[in-house]
Amino acid sequence: MSKKHIIVDPITRIEGHLRVEAIIDESNKIVDAYASSTMFRGMETIMKDRDPRDCGLMAMRICGVCTGTHYQRSIEAVEDAFNITIPKNARLVRNLIQGALYVHDHLVHFYHLHALDFVDVLSATKADPEATAKEAVKWAGVAGHKPYISAAADFKAIQDRVIKFANEGRLGIFGNGYWGNPHYKLTPEQNLIGVAHYLKALDIQRDMAKMQAIFGGKNPHPQSIVVGGVTCVQDIKNPARIALFKQLLQDSTEFIKGAYLPDVYMAGTMYAEEATDKDATYKGVGGTGGGILNYMAYGDFRLDDTGFYKAASLFPSGIVMGGDISKVIEVDTAKIAEDVTHSWYEGTGKPEHPYDGTTIPKYTGLEKKEDGYAYLKTDEKYSWIKSPRYDGQPMEVGPLARMVVGYAKGDARIKKYVDNFLKRSGLPVTVLFSTVGRTAGRAIETELMADIMFEWVDELAKNVANGDDSTWTEFDFDVVSKDCKGAGLAEAPRGALGHWMRIKDGKVTNYQAIVPSTWNAGPRDESGKLGAYEAALIGTKVADPEQPLEIIRTIHSFDPCIACAVHVVDTNGKELAVYKVDPNCAL
Amino acid sequence: MGTDKIESVKSLFTAQSAKVDTNRGDAYYEKLHDQCRARLDELKQLAPISNRMDFSKSIEEEGVNRRDFMKWASATTAMLMLPASFTPLVAEAAVLMNRVPVVWIELQDCAGNSEALLRSDGPQIDEIILDIISLEFHETLMAPSGHQAEKQLEEAIELFKGKYLLFVEGSVPMGMDGQFGTIGAKGETFIDHLTRLSNDAAAIVAVGSCATFGGIPAAAPNPTDAKGVMDVVHGKPIINIPACPANPSNMVGVILHYVLTGQVPELDSLLRPKFAFGYRIHDNCERRAHFDAGEYVEEWGDEGAKNNFCLYKVGCKGPMTFNNCSIVRYNEGVNWPVGVGRGCIGCSEPDFWDKYAYERPMANANIKAPTGGVEKTVDEFGLGLLTAAGVGIAIHAAASVVAGKKSEENA
Repeated sequence: MSKKHIIVDPITRIEGHLRVEAIIDESNKIVDAYASSTMFRGMETIMKDRDPRDCGLMAMRICGVCTGTHYQRSIEAVEDAFNITIPKNARLVRNLIQGALYVHDHLVHFYHLHALDFVDVLSATKADPEATAKEAVKWAGVAGHKPYISAAADFKAIQDRVIKFANEGRLGIFGNGYWGNPHYKLTPEQNLIGVAHYLKALDIQRDMAKMQAIFGGKNPHPQSIVVGGVTCVQDIKNPARIALFKQLLQDSTEFIKGAYLPDVYMAGTMYAEEATDKDATYKGVGGTGGGILNYMAYGDFRLDDTGFYKAASLFPSGIVMGGDISKVIEVDTAKIAEDVTHSWYEGTGKPEHPYDGTTIPKYTGLEKKEDGYAYLKTDEKYSWIKSPRYDGQPMEVGPLARMVVGYAKGDARIKKYVDNFLKRSGLPVTVLFSTVGRTAGRAIETELMADIMFEWVDELAKNVANGDDSTWTEFDFDVVSKDCKGAGLAEAPRGALGHWMRIKDGKVTNYQAIVPSTWNAGPRDESGKLGAYEAALIGTKVADPEQPLEIIRTIHSFDPCIACAVHVVDTNGKELAVYKVDPNCAL
Repeated sequence: MGTDKIESVKSLFTAQSAKVDTNRGDAYYEKLHDQCRARLDELKQLAPISNRMDFSKSIEEEGVNRRDFMKWASATTAMLMLPASFTPLVAEAAVLMNRVPVVWIELQDCAGNSEALLRSDGPQIDEIILDIISLEFHETLMAPSGHQAEKQLEEAIELFKGKYLLFVEGSVPMGMDGQFGTIGAKGETFIDHLTRLSNDAAAIVAVGSCATFGGIPAAAPNPTDAKGVMDVVHGKPIINIPACPANPSNMVGVILHYVLTGQVPELDSLLRPKFAFGYRIHDNCERRAHFDAGEYVEEWGDEGAKNNFCLYKVGCKGPMTFNNCSIVRYNEGVNWPVGVGRGCIGCSEPDFWDKYAYERPMANANIKAPTGGVEKTVDEFGLGLLTAAGVGIAIHAAASVVAGKKSEENA
């Protein structure tokens, strides 16, 4: 018996449809991996021939999780094309709408989409509530805050609930989980803390979404951003709205600092062995899940009103190659191109820049084998995701990339938050180049974003109080939309996001978007260079091949948002032994 | 345009849409009450299918007091358009919801409706709602992936054959033999997946614009031939809860109604529950007085915008759109698209991306034709395409005239 071939489809706890296929050797180490999106909608085709002002709302429907981010990028691409600078109030409102999304998205990701990869729900039933309370105080202390939940009685009540839940049969969404897998590393007390915060975070996320709704109208899918500014003039003029926003932000911040960050310190420490295991990596640097180590950020969150691409920004743009933080390359957008060698699209023979990109489906299907399973044809095309490359190189994007680029650039604010994390956790900077590091980067960014939103909301209130209630910049649509092109390049919670469009006579003639998960989840390219997910899985040690816990942990650390699915198959097209993963529920 | 026409359009817009009988008389409600009582007693006899804690006890444990819960039950009773005497039954139904297994699948979707479900705002009890409906399968929330996830699904549909509610999020791509979307290790197409799971469902609830009417993937030129569930599944009760995303109050409302009565709620011709989609946004809009007074926002950020004037002339489609947003609003009532000064884009109506979702009134739409290709004005589409508001074009013209008159008067 040699290698095993695992198919993981569907990958759950993500946005969309993703398949991963992995090849595992005798020692249960992943030696090859393929990621595939299995769903196509044709959004870029739908956007063609529309009025560019209408595209934002449609583009937002790319994703309902990072809701509002594609909306703003699409609108900004039009503003770039029309050369419009929005008023100060509009800039601040947009920052707050996106900022609220960041904290919401990161929190829901950590607890509801990712935590169950670290936290064994059933182990929490064995915890001692007194010891749990002490443990909570300890990790909050490491983070430098007071614990969000600290009473033993509160932990006991939650534990009783979980015990009752576990003893009475069906487990609903927790059913058939990987409970008891040896690669769950937390103690029962730590697991109980995780479960308690998982439940509390369901409440907190609702409040965070309300922050977006105050200025956005609703969440998911806010509706107040228009080409030239925002529409919520009444809401920014109303002191009660500002006060509610601040109250919700305050409550959220207490949870971020008293629960989310302590939990990340706790997980980071308990999983430090994986996070520093060089043998389990693709490049021999960092730890399990590190991957390609090329990090790219376009930068985002304008801090002044000098205009798009000119203003100072909260997150700087740049590229760090191979984990070498001594050098930062400036982003030249002309070097971005998409390869479709392994994607289900017609190619023109060479990678295309998004301004001239095409999206013509060419589906070649999966290979159904005698065992009844369908496999990716990895020698040919195998994903609905394209392979974007920067100067021919694959890139990882996301909160970690933003933190790494900012850190390497010496950005004072980012450096302060990252150094604080490293000092308090006692972990080396290379720990960032791992699955755990990706999760930590997101938490560090959440704290930074919550802190700066207080400044923005005060700045907005002050500006309006000073008599500036302008929210929109006028433009003559018929004149500016004659013949132009524009790009909205900024950051989504999940990483660098670009929308490109060409406009002629008031209509969109070409529309292309490269979303963060395209960078991260894309298949290999013409020259065989792996995508970020694929590379991150290589070297990972799997405790039990029947349970793809480590695979989904690393995939989840990227926070996939794809409307897609992932498969794992043989790179050489060889017939490998197929290992049907037989689920084995611990209960 | 003659005065008669203006008056007729005005009366059209000022009339209650009267799609719902809000009071059907004592005899009707007494009979319904008895039916519900019997249904709940029957449900109580069933062993709990899931584990969940004693609901009334968990209310106390969670610090949600009885009074808050009853307040929520009473608001929900009103939303379902039932008399106040049903409140205790609604409360009881909430407690019994864990008898209803829910399987939630995602097709051509963006997970926006799953996210909306997380925002469910029964006062302080969204968490309990998550606990007490028996959520057997939900890709965005469930712990296992891959084969274990598939096993979870197979177990549920076997165990609850004919009893589960199948929630569907996302449209169904029918082009290329359905291969624009596949799921599971066997690469099952979305249409096969949906058909298989529909066969054993008690009823199907299509949530969001995509699952109901095709939504964004079905927008022109509909590259994947995306369809709503009702166009591809037959022989099962289907309830449509459109909007982008669907309001979580309406999702919970449908489940409660099902538990309470054992039946699907009363539906309109588009299979939408009348309790939620019986009125136009416009009928209960907070800016309605400004419409009636001819006071409009003319462009973003103008004086009208600063004074909360009517958004019709910047494209609000509230007059054409049936939904309860203006009553329920979003995110615990914090705001809604009209409140935030943008206006309605008609997201609970079929084909709204091609008909309504732009910031101009209909006559200036300049939008892409649903058939793709050549651009046409709305007038050229013909009234047949304008479902709920075939009158939209005339209305716009009239409204502009009315508004013009007003501004002349003001000047």
